[in-house]
Amino acid sequence: MEEVRIVFIHQIEQADSIKGNKKKYKKKYFFLRRNLYIPYIFILPFFITYGVFGIFPILYALRLSFFSWDGIVAPKFIGITNYIDLLKDPLVLKSFTNNVILLLMSTPIGLVIALIIAFILEQILKKYQNIFEGIFFTPMVTSSVAIGLIFMTLYGTRYGLINSFLHMIGIKKPILWLTDPMWMKIGLAILLLWRWIGWDSLLFTAGLQSISNEIYEAAKVDGANRVQLFYLITIPLLKPTIVYLTIVSIIGMMQLFEEPYVLVPPEGPIGGYGHSLLTMNMYLYFNAFRYFKFGYASAFSYLIFIIIFMFSFVSLKVMERTH
Amino acid sequence: MMRSKGIRSKEVYNIFALLIFIIGSLIFLLPFYWMIIASTFSDSDIYKFPPRLLPGTQFLANVKDLLLMIPYSRNFLNSIFVASVRTLLNLFFCSLVGFAFAKYSFAGKNWLFAFILGTMMIPGQVTLVPWFIMMSWFGWVNSFKALIIPNMISAFGVFWMRQYITSTIPDELLDAARIDGYGEFAIYTRIVMPLIRPGLGALGIYVFMGSWNDFMQPLIILKEVTKYTLPVAMAALQGNLYYVRYPVLMAAATIAVVPILIVYALANKQFIAGLTAGSIRE
Repeated sequence: MEEVRIVFIHQIEQADSIKGNKKKYKKKYFFLRRNLYIPYIFILPFFITYGVFGIFPILYALRLSFFSWDGIVAPKFIGITNYIDLLKDPLVLKSFTNNVILLLMSTPIGLVIALIIAFILEQILKKYQNIFEGIFFTPMVTSSVAIGLIFMTLYGTRYGLINSFLHMIGIKKPILWLTDPMWMKIGLAILLLWRWIGWDSLLFTAGLQSISNEIYEAAKVDGANRVQLFYLITIPLLKPTIVYLTIVSIIGMMQLFEEPYVLVPPEGPIGGYGHSLLTMNMYLYFNAFRYFKFGYASAFSYLIFIIIFMFSFVSLKVMERTH
Repeated sequence: MMRSKGIRSKEVYNIFALLIFIIGSLIFLLPFYWMIIASTFSDSDIYKFPPRLLPGTQFLANVKDLLLMIPYSRNFLNSIFVASVRTLLNLFFCSLVGFAFAKYSFAGKNWLFAFILGTMMIPGQVTLVPWFIMMSWFGWVNSFKALIIPNMISAFGVFWMRQYITSTIPDELLDAARIDGYGEFAIYTRIVMPLIRPGLGALGIYVFMGSWNDFMQPLIILKEVTKYTLPVAMAALQGNLYYVRYPVLMAAATIAVVPILIVYALANKQFIAGLTAGSIRE
C-alpha cells in the first residue's frame, strides 16, 4: 500500500529529479573513471530482455499486421486488407463500444466515491484510515479470475445471493445479471467499481496528504465549512491526481479482459448474450488463439494501441484546459 | 457552553461516519465471505431460499471432488514455482539495473532511463501474438519458461528500485567501499543488497502477487491441465463442468485467494500496528 503511495509521489517528482541530479553526479563519481563500462554491464539485462521480448515483438506485430497467416501455411502479404477488414468488422465496433460504455459506467462514479472515501478518512476518520484503506484495497490483491467466479455466483438468476436478497426486500422479478445485455454491463461495472475503489482512494489519500493543513486552517478561520473546504480547496489542489487517475483508468478499462472472460459462459456467443461483454482484448484473444488469425489479430492489437493512445491524449488535453 | 456543544456534535458526526464506514466495509467484504462459506456448502445448500449465510460442513468433501476433476494441488505448486522464480529473478535484475541508474554516471543515462519509463506506456496486447509465435519457435509452448524468462525483469521494478536506492544509499558509503578495495559488483551484492531489503520486500510482494494472479499469458501458453497455474485451472473448471457445481468452484477460489489474503493481512499489520501504537495508553 505504502509503495503505491510513494510511487505516485515519485512519478510527479520524476521529471524534476532526472534534470536536477545531473550536475551532482558529475561531481561525485570521480572513482568511476577507471571503470566506465561497468554501469552498462549492469543495465544490460533490461535491454537484452526488452529487446528480445519487447521491441522485437512490437515490430514483428507490425509486420504481421500486413499478412494473412494461420500459423501453419506460409504467411501471405495482403497489404492493409487486415486494417480495412477491421473497420468493417461489426464485432470490432461492438467490442469498442462495450469498452467505452463500461468505462463511462464505472470510472466516473468510481473516482467520485473513491475521492469521498479518501476525504472522509483523511478529515474525519484519520484514526481508522489504515484499517479501512486496507479493507478497500483487498480486491486488488485477489485474482481477478476468482473475483469473476465469485460474482458469477452472486449474480445467479434464481439462486444468486443478490437476487435472493432483492426477493426478500420485495423485488420479486429476478434481475438477469448474466443474460440481459444491459444488466450484464451493470453487473460488470459494479464488479470493476468494487475492484478498483480501494486503489483509487489510496492514490487520492496520497494527493490529499500533500495538501498542507495550513490551507485548510486558513479557510476554516475564514468560516468555510467542510463541504466548502472540499469544493474550494481539495478538488482544485487534487487536479494532478485526478488527471493521473483518469488516464490510468482509461488505459486499464480499454484493456479489460479477465473479468468479462470469466463472467460469461464459455459456450454460446463470445462475450456472452448479444456479445454484450465482448471487450476489445477479448476479441483480440479469440481472433489470435481460437481462430488463429494471427495477422488480423496483430492489426487489431495496433488498432487498440492507437485507440488507447488517442483516448489518453484527448482526455489529457481536455483536462488541462478545464480549471 | 458553546464550545462543549460544538465538540459533542462533532463527536456524533464522527461516530455516524464511522458507523457508515463499518457497514460499508462489511458489505464490501461480503463477496469474500460468500466465497468462503459457499465453499463449505453442499450442492443443495446453495439453492436454499432464503440464502444460507452461515458456514456448512462440506469443505473437505468439496476439495475432494475438486481434486477428482482437476489436479489442483499440482496447479497450486505450479503457481508457487512460477511466482517464486519470477520474483527472485526480478529482485536480482531490477535492483541491479536500478542500482546502476541510481548510483552511476554514464553517457546516455537519462535518455536510457526515459526509454525504460517509456516502455511502461506500451500496452501489453501489442506483443501478445508475436510473443506466442516466438515461444513456439523456442519450443516453450506449454512450458513455464514462457512465463518466467520474458518476465524476469520489469520497467516498473527498475523504476521502483532506482527510486528506493537513490533515497536510501548515501554516495559516501559506496565511495568508502571503493577505498576499501571492493569491486563494483561486490559493492552491489555485499553493501547495497543488504541495505535495500525493505524495498526488495515490497517489490517481491508486488511481483509474486502479479504472477500468482496472472491469467492471460498462462491461458494462452499452457496446454496441459497438469501444467496449469491456479487462475487457468479455475477458469477451466468453470468451462468443463456439465453443470456448474458452485461449492466446488468456490472451494477452488478459496484455495487460490486465501493464502494471498493471509500474507496481505500480515504485511498490512505493520502499518496498522504503527497507527494503533499511539492510541494504546499503557
